[in-house]
Amino acid sequence: MDAILFWILAAGAVIASVLVIGQRNPMYSVLLLIASFGALSGLYVLLGSPFVAVIQIIIYAGAIMVLFLFVVMLLNVPTEEMPTGPQAKFLGGAGPRRFGAILSAFLAVQLFWAMRALSAQPMPGNETPATTVAAIGERLFREYSFAFEATSVLILVAMVGAVILARKEHQ
Amino acid sequence: MSLPEPTLNSYLMLSAVLFAIGTAGVFLRRNLITILLSIEVMLNAVNLTFVAVDRFRGLIDGQIIVFFVMTVAAAEAAVGLAIVIALFRHKETLTPDAFTSLKW
Repeated sequence: MDAILFWILAAGAVIASVLVIGQRNPMYSVLLLIASFGALSGLYVLLGSPFVAVIQIIIYAGAIMVLFLFVVMLLNVPTEEMPTGPQAKFLGGAGPRRFGAILSAFLAVQLFWAMRALSAQPMPGNETPATTVAAIGERLFREYSFAFEATSVLILVAMVGAVILARKEHQ
Repeated sequence: MSLPEPTLNSYLMLSAVLFAIGTAGVFLRRNLITILLSIEVMLNAVNLTFVAVDRFRGLIDGQIIVFFVMTVAAAEAAVGLAIVIALFRHKETLTPDAFTSLKW
């Protein structure tokens, strides 16, 4: 049962991610990415991490993607423009993009090659209990308390920065 | 029909595929918003690796790191989208090739 679920969710995540980068319309990209996050959230449940699965849905699909959707709708640029002009011919021509695609395929091959060295050991089965939120919270507020506090400063700085960057400049 | 049981390698391979898809998106797409979305795909691939290794070794530190990665992703998305809005207001386009004023 777990094996079937894993392969279905893995296929869903990969197909949705491929479609995300295959779309010219950022609107569809955002919606497909939410589907991909849903599949990943299912994988986290299979991995016995319900906390991560829930924050994946709440924070990623619920907050970050809505922010993206908001900006896509605000800017109203439905489809990607085709490159125009002489500099676009150089920068946006087939050459650099093809080079980038080849580089990422090379990266995938390299990662696969690195992982071949690992022996294929099975994951711990259902008899291993899932991580509880209490255990995560205890660890987070004891050993990682400094990182947690630093994160709050980071979010505050990001918020102020976003407000200042997106503000209309007064002449 | 019997599918092979997922091993640690299956999870790591899936993560590698997702990461490569994200890098390909950064290279192939010509829209700043889609490029930011591709970066989110890459961050998620890394999160999957953290959780899989966590489960495999019976730890919980990876899940805490995932929590921090998500916070940083939220901050990155907020600042990145603010920059996108400012750039769009300036040039009325989202093609990365249009923004070359810092180019030498």
